[in-house]
Amino acid sequence: MSEQSPGKGSGQLAGGGRMLAGWGRTAPTVATTRRVADGAAEVAELVRRAGPRGLVARGLGRSYGDPAQNAGGEVLLPLPTRIEHEPDGRPGTVRVSAGTSLHDLMAELLPRGRFVPVTPGTRYVTVGGCVACDVHGKSHHVAGSFGRHVVSLELVLADGSVHEVGPDRDPELFWATVGGMGLTGVITSAVLRTIPVESSWMTVTTTRHPDLDSVMEEMRTGDRDVTYSVAWIDTLARGRSLGRSVLTRGEHARRDELDTSAAARPLVAPGGARLRVPPGVPGGLVRPLTVRGFNEAWFRRAPRHRTGELQPLAAFFHPLDGVADWNRLYGPRGFVQYQCVVPDRAADTVALVVDRVARQGHASFLSVLKRFGPGDEAPLSFPMPGWTLALDLPARAGLAPLLDELDRLVAAVGGRVYLAKDARLDPARLPQMYPRLADFRSVRRRVDPTGVFRSDLARRLGL
Amino acid sequence: MINALGRPQTVLLLGGTSEIAQAVVAAWARTCRPLVVLAARPGPRRDAAAAHVESLGLEVEVVDFDAERTEEHPALIDAVSREHDIDVAIVAFGVLGDEEQAWQDHAAATRLARVNYTGAVSVGVCLADVMRRQGHGMIVALSSVAGERVRRSNFVYGSTKAGMDGFYLGLGEALRGSGAGVLVVRPGFVRTRMTAGRSPAPLSVTAEQVADAVVRGVARRDELIWVPAPLRGVMSGLRHVPRPLFRRLPL
Ligand SMILES: Cc1cc2nc3c(=O)[nH]c(=O)nc-3n(C[C@H](O)[C@H](O)[C@H](O)COP(=O)(O)OP(=O)(O)OC[C@H]3O[C@@H](n4cnc5c(N)ncnc54)[C@H](O)[C@@H]3O)c2cc1C
Repeated sequence: MSEQSPGKGSGQLAGGGRMLAGWGRTAPTVATTRRVADGAAEVAELVRRAGPRGLVARGLGRSYGDPAQNAGGEVLLPLPTRIEHEPDGRPGTVRVSAGTSLHDLMAELLPRGRFVPVTPGTRYVTVGGCVACDVHGKSHHVAGSFGRHVVSLELVLADGSVHEVGPDRDPELFWATVGGMGLTGVITSAVLRTIPVESSWMTVTTTRHPDLDSVMEEMRTGDRDVTYSVAWIDTLARGRSLGRSVLTRGEHARRDELDTSAAARPLVAPGGARLRVPPGVPGGLVRPLTVRGFNEAWFRRAPRHRTGELQPLAAFFHPLDGVADWNRLYGPRGFVQYQCVVPDRAADTVALVVDRVARQGHASFLSVLKRFGPGDEAPLSFPMPGWTLALDLPARAGLAPLLDELDRLVAAVGGRVYLAKDARLDPARLPQMYPRLADFRSVRRRVDPTGVFRSDLARRLGL
Repeated sequence: MINALGRPQTVLLLGGTSEIAQAVVAAWARTCRPLVVLAARPGPRRDAAAAHVESLGLEVEVVDFDAERTEEHPALIDAVSREHDIDVAIVAFGVLGDEEQAWQDHAAATRLARVNYTGAVSVGVCLADVMRRQGHGMIVALSSVAGERVRRSNFVYGSTKAGMDGFYLGLGEALRGSGAGVLVVRPGFVRTRMTAGRSPAPLSVTAEQVADAVVRGVARRDELIWVPAPLRGVMSGLRHVPRPLFRRLPL
């Protein structure tokens, strides 16, 4: 079991209800939570008995906003870790319960020389959550997003019936479920393809870039030759340093690339968080001044150019997981992540966005820039070929108009924001950002005509 | 829902013709587009208020509401909540009356009490029930600095506000952990139609200032705010001034 229990950032209340918030801790609401101990039959029963405010599944609550909340209704916490290797004798696949975290899955896979096909920036996410958000990793430009690696899903629908869906079995429902934010049904298990690795180490190349143009040029020309690539941008740097960044690229290390100490333990599972934010640290540590200092130090510390550095996999993929509950550093008012994508032809918009944020002095700790490859067939899936930028911003006055302005810039060039991160989008903008919204709604009408599956996100955006 | 940056999607105005309530809606209209459910007695003032909300580019729904008809409140608020989640409800109704008439005229005094206190308690109970079921929402109670320490000069009004203020502070405590919250707003002297012709007290404010404070308070999920903020210090001093001295202050 992972040491982080489902529903972090939440508290049990006397009345049986539980206060739930997303990772950004911005808009908590109260729901009745139900922990699922068994498989689909139990979920089906809970779905059939759902009350008037419906229900939604929740993973580890690592979405920033409100998709895994259901004010006044029910929230299911699907079956925790169960992993079956090579179900139906298919090599390289696993069948996992929906509540399995990627942390637990990696612990199972790595000793066997396998790895998850796609990992987001934290491994404290569940397989159900990864499917429902169709998450992407640093390899999107070559591997695509999570949905592409799903062989099949076991899904409990609104009427309590249990279905097996996949790209070849009710593809319409399958793709609406991928990226469907839990609104088509409850995923109870998934069969996934995994990838082979020779070690649990990464060979990493780091380069420092003085401005946005240079890092984007480097990614445009070089990313296709590397599996994992991400740039960390200092969004407070202005003027000629606008968008200065550190680009990190990596490959799974081969056995023959390991040094002697790594070679002694080539395949080890990542450990748990080493640090924890102590209770009672004052909120609001994240301020423009502290962030500026941090970003400065971080940029200067990075090597101008370093190749072939061996890093443990967790340090490369999940640097933030080393500190549990780091989201609490933003204080009680929380923070939002603004993650947008713009198509290749609108690369300029990335600079515009970075410039707007830098000008307004909203403090974002190291922001992330990645390149996306082609998207998939899921109507609500976020990735599209182009650039994605993610900024963490404390929820303070003046942020709303800034983000509205960014939405306008992004939507105008055919881009969109990521629903797994959103907590404040104007619902009127949604159809423009997700032109296939109608396709999603029509599947939802077919499988859930009375709206059993509901969430705060769904209410807020009128999904 | 109220989004991460404090913007609501549906706002219920109880006492929708109040200038402060109208100003609050106007303040939101500058940043988002909530549906406004305007609850007030039918008549030209309500029509004008609804037209004003529409002129701000917002959708408006009008419902009949009389603060004194407490027996109708449960059904009314329940009906509104069946149509929409009530993200924010603003308890904005109240009468000021003539200060000297109020304590000598039985009808005037009891009406003040019925509207300002009984009516406020009545809707508060109904709203709390709805918001607990919703698992979220915010009740904004427009109280008054007059209730913080009741003065001779308008003690009937002040006593009703003291009562409603205490009720909503308590309601906020009772709702802790339910997902719903209460924001008690204590403005100083507000220059509105209700106070027209009276000489403004020191630290007087406009309806717009109160509105901005409400919008901010909702976003921050505050529990108690003063408008203007320095009133808090002033009043915490005045609160403890001995009666004989307090009597002689020019308040
Ligand atoms: C530090 C950090 C870094 C991140 N980096 C990335 C990144 O690089 N790329 C990326 O794509 N995302 C990233 N994310 C976002 C995160 O990967 C997604 O939000 C992920 O879906 C969270 O998984 P979860 O299990 O916590 O799901 P939750 O947040 O609990 O739920 C997310 C959604 O999944 C639905 N859901 C969960 N379980 C089920 C189920 N069994 N059946 C049906 N629906 C279900 C919920 O209803 C909800 O709509 C990051 C988040 C953090 C905190």
